[in-house]
Amino acid sequence: MAEWMSLAEAIGAHVRDGDTVAMEGFTHLIPFAAGHEIIRQKRRNLSLIRMTPDLIYDQLIGVGCAAKLTFSWGGNPGVGSLHRFRDAVENGWPQSLEIEERSHSDLANAYVAGAANLPFAVFRGYTGSDFARVNERIRSVTCPFTGEVLAATPSVRPDVTVIHAQKADWKGNVLLWGILGVQKEAVLAAKRAVVTVEERVRTLDAAPNACILPNWVVSAVCEVPRGATPSYAHGYYERDNVFYRTWDGISRDRERFNAWIERQILETDNFAEYLKLRSSPDAEAVRE
Amino acid sequence: MTATYTADEMMTVAAARMLRNGAVCFVGIGLPSTAANLARLTHAPEAVLVYESGPIGAKPSVLPLSIGDGNLAETADTVVSTPEIFRYWLQGGRIDVGFLGAAQLDRFANINTTVLGEYDTPKVRLPGAGGAPEISSSAKEVLIVVKHSKRTFVEKLDFITSVGFLGGGCEREGMGIGGNGPVAVITDLCILRPDQVTRELKVASIHPGVGREEIAEKTGWRIEFGGQCAETEPPTSTELVALRELKARTAAPHGVQGEAA
Repeated sequence: MAEWMSLAEAIGAHVRDGDTVAMEGFTHLIPFAAGHEIIRQKRRNLSLIRMTPDLIYDQLIGVGCAAKLTFSWGGNPGVGSLHRFRDAVENGWPQSLEIEERSHSDLANAYVAGAANLPFAVFRGYTGSDFARVNERIRSVTCPFTGEVLAATPSVRPDVTVIHAQKADWKGNVLLWGILGVQKEAVLAAKRAVVTVEERVRTLDAAPNACILPNWVVSAVCEVPRGATPSYAHGYYERDNVFYRTWDGISRDRERFNAWIERQILETDNFAEYLKLRSSPDAEAVRE
Repeated sequence: MTATYTADEMMTVAAARMLRNGAVCFVGIGLPSTAANLARLTHAPEAVLVYESGPIGAKPSVLPLSIGDGNLAETADTVVSTPEIFRYWLQGGRIDVGFLGAAQLDRFANINTTVLGEYDTPKVRLPGAGGAPEISSSAKEVLIVVKHSKRTFVEKLDFITSVGFLGGGCEREGMGIGGNGPVAVITDLCILRPDQVTRELKVASIHPGVGREEIAEKTGWRIEFGGQCAETEPPTSTELVALRELKARTAAPHGVQGEAA
């Protein structure tokens, strides 16, 4: 049953060293505040899963929180490379990173399988490609009815899923809308779920088919306004495309990245302070 | 008046023309998205643009920087979850055209977006697959838009991320892969199409002002020119105005000049 708590308490209680962690949000509603809190609490040896690692995992990987990454597209959307991810894969900095590489369709199906309590996902894919050569968990299964050979991959079953949503009511029922990605499936596939929301409201006032996660499938709910920044929350604020471009420069250089993490995340107490720092002229010197 | 235009504009316009009005198009980010939206703003107002993040029938007035920008959802006919887009709409056989980019491409239009060099010790770690493997094998046909260079048009891929015609001939069909595969590759120099028998890419149309030597020089294999090889129609002023206005509208919110990626 969902408990309202601070983000620091939620990460402290539900994200542990060595956990398999899925922090989802397909470009939209990426739980950046929670990612920062994991960095502040110095979690280590995490097995991270995310379709699009994005800046959130670039930060976690660069700091050294991750031992493994399961992903399907590891770029800075519309900008180019994730430099911390690349540095880890190409040079083992700050530590080596095991990767399990799949396609979007595969991971989306694998989350569905996880949510449905199935051991594997089945879909049409990968035929003729080199994926199975580098990932022994990409296999095939023959349809018992038609004989068609289909791709089979293990379902995703995180220890904990972390997502950001627009609203939760006082009981902890969560409402999200806009681009939904795989958040619902990721929550239902996980043993525990932490949800940050833009605002806590008295009632959700949602239409009958709205995407609602009932409080009894959520472990912790935290009110973190602007908690998806620099991603966006539909109906609240837009994607900070300029920051995504700025990140390219920050992340290219190890020392500059370390300085950024130190000043912006480790030396701030929480996400509200980080946002305040980012909006002050003082932040610009570090940022640029 | 003859309008002046850049090679990139010629590429985008030529790619946009490939999309027929009313087609349901699964759109990759970057050049494919620019071309698909230009098509929608010019000759193909009824084209249905589908993005892997979930928007179906997106009509953005500004090009998205990411595959999941808010304006895609706001302008869409409906927004579905990511599992649904891949399961019901792409695998379900509802996509006419997949519009893709590429980091490396070979003579049979197979695509690499995974690594340069060895997989375990890559020289360059590229972003990876995204939705491209299933787009290339589930869409009824595939268009590829990519800049022409020797680094991109290679003799042998370091990794096959998304399939074209594999080793050529009937190999694709023989493996039971769906869809007709790539029907055209549009570059800043020319348009290539697969030979009907061998499935090897051949130059079908050369953009104005481009020489055969330049195409040969920038292709990593011995490129052949089709017997009917023609000159590409230059961009019309209508196409150029629409493209430039689209890019101008896009520049401000992205904080830079020009298009995304």
